[in-house]
Amino acid sequence: MTTPLLSAREIDVTFGTTRPGDMPWTAPRKLRAVSGVSFDLAAGKTLGVVGESGCGKSTLARALIRMVPASGQVLWQGDTDLLSLSPAAMQRYRSEIQMIFQDPLASLNPRMTLGEIIAEPLRTHRRDLSRADIRDRVRRMMDRVGLLPQMINRYPHEFSGGQCQRIGIARALIVEPRLLICDEPVSALDVSIQAQVIELLQELQRDLNLAILFIAHDLSVVRHISDEVMVLYLGRVMEAAPAERLYAAPRHPYTQALLSAVPVPDPAVERDKRIIPLTGDLPSPMAPPSGCVFRTRCPRAEAACAAEVPAPGPGPHRCACLFPGTITADEVA
Amino acid sequence: MPLLEIENLNITFDTGDGTVHAVNDLSLALDRGETLGIVGESGSGKSQTAFAILGLLARNGRATGSIRFDGDEILNAPARTLNRIRAERIAIIFQDPMTSLNPYMRISDQMVEVLTLHQGMGRRAAEAEAVRMLDAVRIPSARERIRLYPHEFSGGMRQRVMIAMSLLCRPDLLIADEPTTALDVTVQAQIMALLQELQGEFGMATMLITHDLGVVAGFCERVTVMYGGRVMERAPTDPLFERPTHPYTRGLLNAVPRLDRADEAMAAIPGNPPNMARPPRGCPFRPRCAFAGEDCAEMPPLSQAGPARQRACHRTAEEVAA
Repeated sequence: MTTPLLSAREIDVTFGTTRPGDMPWTAPRKLRAVSGVSFDLAAGKTLGVVGESGCGKSTLARALIRMVPASGQVLWQGDTDLLSLSPAAMQRYRSEIQMIFQDPLASLNPRMTLGEIIAEPLRTHRRDLSRADIRDRVRRMMDRVGLLPQMINRYPHEFSGGQCQRIGIARALIVEPRLLICDEPVSALDVSIQAQVIELLQELQRDLNLAILFIAHDLSVVRHISDEVMVLYLGRVMEAAPAERLYAAPRHPYTQALLSAVPVPDPAVERDKRIIPLTGDLPSPMAPPSGCVFRTRCPRAEAACAAEVPAPGPGPHRCACLFPGTITADEVA
Repeated sequence: MPLLEIENLNITFDTGDGTVHAVNDLSLALDRGETLGIVGESGSGKSQTAFAILGLLARNGRATGSIRFDGDEILNAPARTLNRIRAERIAIIFQDPMTSLNPYMRISDQMVEVLTLHQGMGRRAAEAEAVRMLDAVRIPSARERIRLYPHEFSGGMRQRVMIAMSLLCRPDLLIADEPTTALDVTVQAQIMALLQELQGEFGMATMLITHDLGVVAGFCERVTVMYGGRVMERAPTDPLFERPTHPYTRGLLNAVPRLDRADEAMAAIPGNPPNMARPPRGCPFRPRCAFAGEDCAEMPPLSQAGPARQRACHRTAEEVAA
């Protein structure tokens, strides 16, 4: 088997938080945002990361590129642990991993022109390039993502959301990264524009052999774009599998509940649909339940679930549940 | 007589960038107890229509035409008239409940205020009614939690509070403007199920404004599809999804991947939504439409196409569906 481009091993992210009324000397409470997350991502492949707000999917992405402190290992091509590199040594890898964000306008500097925005990563990472070289590369990249040459001197506010996201993609890809992290790249866009951006990402992935970490809450879009999908809940991996397997035969009760809740644009399907209801709210990450973190809302939880943290296990289809398998109609009734 | 009847509604905004035509020549009717979905993307005019019904347009907005509610003209009606109708007979819930609730007031005070103001109830009776309504929207231990402030609830619970508040005066019409867009998918499912149940219980008509075709498919009896401030197509839900006959409806349905299908192609609609300060001449969808021709520079009228279906397109339904 070839070495994956990126392997995350037991990633943990813990934040110290204070509450109003805490004294300066009060020890900060620990909030574990990501807990023991592992995955492999190969060149040219897409890993979809799904979960509801607060599940740690964005924090996980930030941990990989050291925007938040994390423990564990992030292995680049199987040998270099990005988390243990010095900041100077890490700099070399920053151009290999680039990121695009949810709010395309907010992630662009309003005082820079489109040309300056796309050129900036080159000025940082490729000091060897001449101005003419940079200009040339920016032009080619603009053409590649569907931006017209005459737009080069315009400012971000003159563009629509979809165009801004194209600018974000151009800025990320100009340094020829091998991994692109997309954090909710289409959720702020109109439906008719979402498909344009997804198509562009898929095309670029094919041409450049890009690995993509695709974070989203829209399970339909994730199914469409991913080779592999990982489901997070309260910072932990609930289930991870090749996309087709996960969607066709989900084993974890949480995955099944999540999938059952997605509305399908087909009235006939909607009428016959059986939603697996989740009772109550997401528990506070400050005080996660013992054992399986999902047990307080799981239709299948038993006493054993409070005592033991289920391990996701090895293999291509990982499922962190003591009682995996299809939830029947009787169980939700 | 329909409960709500909108005729030839035009909404314009005077901006530094010129006059923006947000809604053009919109007509629609809604019967008692009916659920109507209004589908469109940003700039389609769907939310401005709701604002015009309730007299909530921004200062630079102007609406002409007619909006009759239960037979009475309410478009541009004086605040005194509207204040009786708002909350008592027409209620609205928005996408972000946090911006609709007063962060400085306990939920109890906000709900009691509605009932004392509109129904002349005493404080004690009003509070009992408020607790009953919070129970109806399944807020656990409502009696205690009514004393909390909005920020002490989760997003889903806050939207439940909003729904409870909007139903306090038993309105005849509930307008829900993207009610679940800010919520997680499992919470969305809970809220939509709740709305459906409450509709059965209270019998109000519901106008659901959304960009999410899946939510519409599960909730609405009829659907109106808007683009660039105009109605493109309208039909009962089943035939609309089964056989969309407008290029935009078709494009929209093809642009969303379906969860229940593997390897389904996702076909983007090329181009960008229109700039409403400088809309294209004729059909607003023309620059992005695969079926567009010379004649589309003139706006096609919204005409009858089969029972209960209307469409605004120069091409025939057969040409588009082929």
